[in-house]
Amino acid sequence: MNKVWLIIQREFLTRVKKKSFLIVTILVPLLVPTILGGLIYVAVKQSEAAKPDTVLVLDESGQFNLDTTKNTKRFHFIPLQVSLEQAKIAYNETKDFALLYVPQFDINNPKGLTLYTQENPSIEKVGELESILAERVRDLKLQEYKIDKEVLKNLRTKIDLKQINLSKTGEEKSSNSGILGLTGVALGIMIYIFVLVDGIEIMQGVIDEKTSKVVEIIVSSVKPFQLMLGKIIGIAAVGVVQFLIWIILIAFLSTSVLHYFGLRTPQQQAMEEVTKKINDPDVKEAIQAQQQQQNVQVKELMDLLGGVQWAKIAFVFLFYFLGGYLLYGALFAAVGSGVESIQESQQFQFPITIPLLIGYFGLFMFVLRDPHGTVSFWLSIIPFTSPVAMVGLIAYGVPTWQLALSMVLLIAGFLFTTWVAGRIYRVGILMTGTKVSWKVLARWFMIRE
Amino acid sequence: MEALLVKEVSKRYAAHTALDKVTISIPEKTIFGLLGPNGAGKTTLIRIINQIINSDEGEIIMFGEKLKPGHVENIGYLPEERGLYKKMTVGDQLLYLAQLKGLSKKDALAKIKIWLEKFGIKDWWNKKVEDLSKGMAQKIQFISTVMHEPKLIILDEPFSGFDPVNAQLITEKILELKENGSTIIFSTHRMETVESLCDHIALINRSKKILEGPKKQVKEQFRSNTFTVEHRGNQFTLPSDKYELKKQQLIEEGMFSSTIQAKEGIKGNQLIRDLIEITEVYSFQEKLPTMADIFINLVKGEGDEALQKHLQEA
Repeated sequence: MNKVWLIIQREFLTRVKKKSFLIVTILVPLLVPTILGGLIYVAVKQSEAAKPDTVLVLDESGQFNLDTTKNTKRFHFIPLQVSLEQAKIAYNETKDFALLYVPQFDINNPKGLTLYTQENPSIEKVGELESILAERVRDLKLQEYKIDKEVLKNLRTKIDLKQINLSKTGEEKSSNSGILGLTGVALGIMIYIFVLVDGIEIMQGVIDEKTSKVVEIIVSSVKPFQLMLGKIIGIAAVGVVQFLIWIILIAFLSTSVLHYFGLRTPQQQAMEEVTKKINDPDVKEAIQAQQQQQNVQVKELMDLLGGVQWAKIAFVFLFYFLGGYLLYGALFAAVGSGVESIQESQQFQFPITIPLLIGYFGLFMFVLRDPHGTVSFWLSIIPFTSPVAMVGLIAYGVPTWQLALSMVLLIAGFLFTTWVAGRIYRVGILMTGTKVSWKVLARWFMIRE
Repeated sequence: MEALLVKEVSKRYAAHTALDKVTISIPEKTIFGLLGPNGAGKTTLIRIINQIINSDEGEIIMFGEKLKPGHVENIGYLPEERGLYKKMTVGDQLLYLAQLKGLSKKDALAKIKIWLEKFGIKDWWNKKVEDLSKGMAQKIQFISTVMHEPKLIILDEPFSGFDPVNAQLITEKILELKENGSTIIFSTHRMETVESLCDHIALINRSKKILEGPKKQVKEQFRSNTFTVEHRGNQFTLPSDKYELKKQQLIEEGMFSSTIQAKEGIKGNQLIRDLIEITEVYSFQEKLPTMADIFINLVKGEGDEALQKHLQEA
């Protein structure tokens, strides 16, 4: 065991000491928000600076009255009073965005509204135009049914369902599948990415040892299996440390950024000034009442966040992260032992990651839509897909027996793949110049100890 | 005591047999030459001794004990296909390998320093392996093999890649290790190395051991009763019922060199007596077979007669 520990240390330290590790670990949390923020900033600026598009309107129905008074930020409307053919010719001579043709139509079944454009318009723009038109048709319907707009406004009621999970013991827990689901999916995706990236890192490490021919010296001191295990665990540790640093950095950065901006929110400054000015006790009371209400809201939010059972999710995440990692890491190590370059490994890489990919897609197609369905159940039980699926699922409430079964199977799963991989690895690392195929790997697996 | 006893060890793969009931005994504090053509099974045997792979049959006794995992710490192995971690520094690398061999960090540091000093390369500690030349890297590999002072050292083609100066240096170190009580197994094709260094040899061919013993004794067995004589005077002939004149040539004015094989039962003294009668003997030497002769003869299957004789005696 002592020797495995030495190997873990070496694998960990040589990677952490590299400049590239430092750069990736420090820069990613800095760069990703910067790039994202930059893109959003540019997008916002662009849409602010964008000139409205001109839409020529040929309204034969006379129902829309889309003239310059209906202009929006995005669209300027110019009504035409000609035939469709003439309008098309006229439009083609301009550089305007579009020609909107509205024939006579039945307001209960509006058809034949056509948009002529010179270029393919974006879905977004078309959608916006459609909603302008739909709103107008709705207004017309209201008129026809003799419904007052104000009445309708009052009729519209917003309901925000407070969700509470009632457990069998009668205990009430507030829940919010929105937050929970998103957290689970985000963690599931994270596991998928980490397993893939670190799996390739393991494979590269094995290939390096093989091509630099240091491997025979090492295995004369330790068992090949110990070497494989040490490598897998060492690289896992690098991933975990990197991940933790990111979390801490991102948390620190986002709080400090919020804090920085928080101090300068204009509303807050105004509020402070107002409070200073107020001496009237009535006003004070009112403000106090408002503050109390705010406190209640904050408390509710905190309850909700607490109800997500962060500790449980964190534990499940960590368990499946390591389990999935060990399960696939061993397979990557086995492939690495057989080949002599990353290029050569490609024929094996895809097949061994297919189950992981199934788990990844299953996350979106089944777990998110129908967390308690049959497919979701199996995805969360089978060891090859459970690391991704179960983490996504856990937020929706998983029976304890299902979680336990899945965990036991995952442990059994990685013991199995590690055993299979170990058998291939011990032969593969000492073979050079062999053209590997699945058949060759199977033969290596069959060789007696 | 035997440093290593290999008893009836076999290893089979699906397509071929790598070792077929090989039995070898390696005496303590000797330099033992493990010889054989490529693919004969030497590397398989070495890997079995290093417990990198397991044998199918047979057992191995190391210093009186059945081979067990802890024994790897008493072995130093320099494989033929060898390398180092390119991105690591010389110091870190040696420290890591020494600790894998069971040394504590403190002991490892002390021993590595001694060895680096012995080779006069103390200032290499922080050099990365990728910046070393092949010969330099070979020195580091050699140090990594012997730094934990193993009782058994296995060197597979240790001189490949060394220039003559470094080869000489390594040879000195090997002899020094033997003096200090280590047993050294040499696997090599270089017969001149075997000739000059090895005390004992074993020859493996086609997964079987075909020859084993102290080098002198082996040579003795392959004596062909042939003598080389330098003599002054004229060419001569010898009675063909007793001798066969293999070769006779003029080496300088009035000086000949003759190779004479005596028939069975006729000793060197008899030959000298016969020669004195007919010529002026200048030098007389028995022509012993070189290791290369023996190796080539046996492997080619041309020495079948001598081999049979040897096997019967054994």
